[in-house]
Amino acid sequence: MAYDKFTKLTSTAVPLPIENVDTDQIIPARFLKATTRDGFGDNLFRDWRYNGDDTPKTDFVLNNPIYKGKILVGGKNFGSGSSREHAAWAVYDYGFRCVVSSFFADIFKNNCLNIGVLPVQISPEFSNEIFEAIYADANTELEINLEAQTITLLSSGTQESFDINGYKRGNMLNGFDDIDYLQSMKSEIETFTESRPF
Amino acid sequence: MSKSLFDKVWDSHVVRNIEDGPDVLYIDRHLIHEVTSPVAFVGLKSRGLSVLYPERTFAVADHNTPTINQHLPVEDPLSANQLKTLENNANEYGISHWGLGHQNNGIVHVVGPENGITVPGATIVCGDSHTSTHGAFGAIAFGIGTSEVEMVLTTQCIMQPKPKKMRISVNGALSKGVTPKDVGLYIISQLTTSGATGYFVEYAGDVFENMTMEGRMTVCNLSIEMGARGGMIAPDEKTFDYIKGRPKTPKGADWDTAMAYWKTLKTDDDAVFDKELTFNASDIEPMITYGTNPGMGMGISNNIPSADVVEGGKATYDKSLAYMGYAENDQMIGKKIDYVFIGSCTNGRIEDFRAFASIVKGRQKADNVTAWLVPGSHIVEAKIKEEGLLDIFEAAGFVLREPGCSACLAMNDDKVPAGKYAVSTSNRNFEGRQGPGSRTLLASPLVAAAAAVTGVVTDPRELL
Repeated sequence: MAYDKFTKLTSTAVPLPIENVDTDQIIPARFLKATTRDGFGDNLFRDWRYNGDDTPKTDFVLNNPIYKGKILVGGKNFGSGSSREHAAWAVYDYGFRCVVSSFFADIFKNNCLNIGVLPVQISPEFSNEIFEAIYADANTELEINLEAQTITLLSSGTQESFDINGYKRGNMLNGFDDIDYLQSMKSEIETFTESRPF
Repeated sequence: MSKSLFDKVWDSHVVRNIEDGPDVLYIDRHLIHEVTSPVAFVGLKSRGLSVLYPERTFAVADHNTPTINQHLPVEDPLSANQLKTLENNANEYGISHWGLGHQNNGIVHVVGPENGITVPGATIVCGDSHTSTHGAFGAIAFGIGTSEVEMVLTTQCIMQPKPKKMRISVNGALSKGVTPKDVGLYIISQLTTSGATGYFVEYAGDVFENMTMEGRMTVCNLSIEMGARGGMIAPDEKTFDYIKGRPKTPKGADWDTAMAYWKTLKTDDDAVFDKELTFNASDIEPMITYGTNPGMGMGISNNIPSADVVEGGKATYDKSLAYMGYAENDQMIGKKIDYVFIGSCTNGRIEDFRAFASIVKGRQKADNVTAWLVPGSHIVEAKIKEEGLLDIFEAAGFVLREPGCSACLAMNDDKVPAGKYAVSTSNRNFEGRQGPGSRTLLASPLVAAAAAVTGVVTDPRELL
């Protein structure tokens, strides 16, 4: 059991409609010096969230108390750049359990899946509808149903299904991770190693 | 069935194919560094697991190492702790460790090839997205997260769905002053930073065939900047000449066996790609970026494009230009520069310093420019001295620093101050990448050199 099980999540969401949000923005490199996984949420979006003197930037969404919840809705190509898993840890540690975007960068998406944060990819049209709904009413809720692979904007009833392979879906529903799986096939791996030429 | 180079290498490493799931992929070589590995070892310990094949993992300190006075203790306690943690973990689990001061130390993606850790047909991973560099040798190489570092340590495997395949061909001859970095930045500018997401790229065509191994590494290194997991180039005589005799490459009969296999590593004539793109070498000029992602690049003599011709939202584009302090339709030539950085896993190899020297030779560093010349490794550093490049640099008013990732990600003290402009040979111009508030212009070593001696963005072709 590597992380919390994820089945269904109903929550308000935090909107961040900026495209190409890279992992250097999610967690700047100077905060990667820890040797444990804890506490990265404090520096999530550090340089967008705080001024140089550590005072909050009031126009940034995480500093606006009307937006809260366990879902982060980002712009297209969310999580590009560095492979640092610290970005996914920061998202998780801050309290998000799901990131919604019309397009994810590969490694970030994979890192999220590996630590129990669900990346949900939706159409650009639905993404726009969600942003508009949240800006119209910050109490707007989204419902993510992993079993059914659906995401629903509860205020309008608009629903889309999202992709996730059956293996990863099973992992998230049960709270298993890849190491649990790989450990179970160790002898197969050892036999394979013998066949490697170098 | 016809196979691409990528298929051949990937398929030969699949231990198990999971229905409606990823492949269990065997990893031949695993590189680790001080920033993304500590938590993986914490994970191992908390589960009571061991390292399955310590001889297949190589630890190198590079991300937060200082680039001056490396013989002294590291001043920043957090960096020192990470470096010590890497060393302790390596020692505890019997992993080779090239720490600060070791003769083979340097940036992990520079020292891997230098020491023959990188070979054709291998799978190579590291908790660093620029692992794609090693694809230059016909290896499948890509960056992974820390959870995956833990997987590789304890099972030598990761679980990945097989990516789609893209072939990017660039044909013709490159013009004067156009380097592999320009080829990479040009391709990214055409594809955007997400244009190759979900794909693994094979680079083909005359331009890559004629490129040196150093140049191929620069191009493959940048694959991640268009979203691709990695990029690779079929190995050829140049590849074999480069790796032969390096400390960790196969020797004797093992070399012959390996060579027989490596020579099969090319895409079959009728192999099919999910996407094929072709560019003309003659369309590429020296490149420079003007925005806050590597896709925002253009020919150096052009003006900054207006938002309506750029893919992506206008709000994001405006935010980016505002951060840079630039306006639509500005000319880049003549823009004032404060810092120049040559180095990184993209352009920290000997050829890059030769290019830099070709322009600064007989000229002087501009007074308004602070320049950081950071070799990719001690081996590169030694060659710089051996070839007389250091004399050229010093005569021109430059100082050579010690190896490391340095100002590419500014985890150490090599930080560009807020609001200042840096022409950088590295790979990312994200907001704050080179220090909080820093403004980065990505370019080749030639463009960096031209900026370093003139103090402004300058077309290097005028100085060659």
